[in-house]
Amino acid sequence: MSADEATVRKIARLARIKVKDEELAPLARELSQILAWIEQLDEVDTSKVAPLASTVDAKLPRRQDKVADGGYREKILANAPEGVAGFFAVPKVVE
Amino acid sequence: MTALTELTIAEARAGLAQGSFSAKELADAHVRAVEAVRPLNAFISETPERAIAMARTSDARIKSREAGLLEGIPLAIKDLFCTEGVLTTAGSHILDRFTPPYESTVTAQLWRAGAVMLGKTNLDEFAMGSSNMTSFYGPVENPWRRRGDNRPLVPGGSSGGSAAVVAARAALGAIGTDTGGSIRQPAAFSGIVGLKPTYGRCSRWGIVAFASSLDQAGPMTRSVRDAAIMLRAMAGHDAKDSTSVDLPVPDYEAALGRSLKGLKVGIPKEYRVDGMPIGIDLLWQQGWNWMKDAGAELVEISLPHTKYALPTYYIIAPAEASSNLARYDGVRYGLRVPGGDLSEMYENTRAAGFGREVRRRVMIGTYVLSAGYYDAYYLKAQRVRALILNDFTEAFKTVDVILAPSTPSAAFAVGEKMDDPIAMYLNDVFTVPANLAGLPGVSVPAGLSEDGLPLGLQIIGRAFAEETVLSAASVLEAAAGFAARPGFTAGSA
Repeated sequence: MSADEATVRKIARLARIKVKDEELAPLARELSQILAWIEQLDEVDTSKVAPLASTVDAKLPRRQDKVADGGYREKILANAPEGVAGFFAVPKVVE
Repeated sequence: MTALTELTIAEARAGLAQGSFSAKELADAHVRAVEAVRPLNAFISETPERAIAMARTSDARIKSREAGLLEGIPLAIKDLFCTEGVLTTAGSHILDRFTPPYESTVTAQLWRAGAVMLGKTNLDEFAMGSSNMTSFYGPVENPWRRRGDNRPLVPGGSSGGSAAVVAARAALGAIGTDTGGSIRQPAAFSGIVGLKPTYGRCSRWGIVAFASSLDQAGPMTRSVRDAAIMLRAMAGHDAKDSTSVDLPVPDYEAALGRSLKGLKVGIPKEYRVDGMPIGIDLLWQQGWNWMKDAGAELVEISLPHTKYALPTYYIIAPAEASSNLARYDGVRYGLRVPGGDLSEMYENTRAAGFGREVRRRVMIGTYVLSAGYYDAYYLKAQRVRALILNDFTEAFKTVDVILAPSTPSAAFAVGEKMDDPIAMYLNDVFTVPANLAGLPGVSVPAGLSEDGLPLGLQIIGRAFAEETVLSAASVLEAAAGFAARPGFTAGSA
């Protein structure tokens, strides 16, 4: 599978990364090269193999559904590019 | 007396205990060393005031006989670990001015053990790289040069700054993270010891996430003993990381010097790659002899899916990265580049904030997770990952450890391999399999290439068998007697 410019445009949109028009072709070439390389996995018969997501086979630990920590609004907002009245501020989304 | 910056951690610990010097004197010497190695561009942030304050506390604790495992030991921290009140960048423009209001579990444990913080080291952006060339803060230079060639070399990556400062005698040890080789490869390129523990051995909490099923923190030191000392302080269960494993932390140092008599050492026949320099092959064979001389038994093994480890990694790691890096949106921290609306603000911020390699990997990851491709790429890679783990599981039925080269080449020059991402990815051919299988691996400096650069040998072990891995590594270390030094050190600067 090779990635064409339309595919790159779509992926960039999904990844929320602005890509200039003149960057589409070189990116399509690079991504196609990488995809062609990773497609060598098709040689491997995996029809009887279950996917492995983690090498830790322990059960996910559980805990009480209770607040255990928190109350750091000021500390957290201190890193925000824009904070207003105790909130993160973003460009207006509703006219 | 030996210069304080030349000591190993074990020697410094003894000197502090005997009162031969104070933690303050040790910290002063290292603060000066950090300044002296500035030409390497290995630190993003230096924290001399903090180092001196921590050293004074250490002196008080030593005096009152409350010294911790790493009391007064000056360390460098990869700038991927969140440190409370100290700029944390992950080598990325998108984390501009980010000052964590919390401390990572691993660094918190180091400080609790008495370690002294020298600063935050440079790295490939978001730990994505094998050269330290992708950092927003510029490349790190390797303190080593080829014989008769003055071109600057890369220190490897992604923990390149950590490797360079330990090699250049500007820190007694450092911590790194290893997702596909990011501790072991730079350790090999810089002539130091680098240990990637078993996945789950050290908490990942507070480490800027790259690929969460692969990332693991570990020590980078000038001796195997020092790595054992540091690992004991770093390891342990953490309720804040659901993948950290609740197993007791042994005294790794006590395992050193164990006899290798009867130990079965696997030699994987697939770890011979085309174009590998003859020097690496010869060093590997030398390693077989060293193990045999120590009483170990060599066993040829097969890890048949080795050649698929890299393409598997380059699906899984970008996929996990693309979701981990979704959090960088210009809203909660770091860089914001304005746009006409919210969506455009996100897109502008991420285009400007991420470097080329990070953008490339986020896009690959987005692609392999997108509708219509998820099964063909992502699930396929997870299935091959199961086969790679199974290769190791089968091998460890007959052998106790595996001996392999750490890297397929010595350090390369700054700027080389930059045009071809796949050539760059091949650096990790011998290190990536242990990450995919979650196994511990350590690189030990074992010899020099024809042009005088350090080369490493790697020991890979069963999950949570760090004691066996370290004891085998210490035998390699003793047999190799690696005493070469980089041309540039804090003392020579």
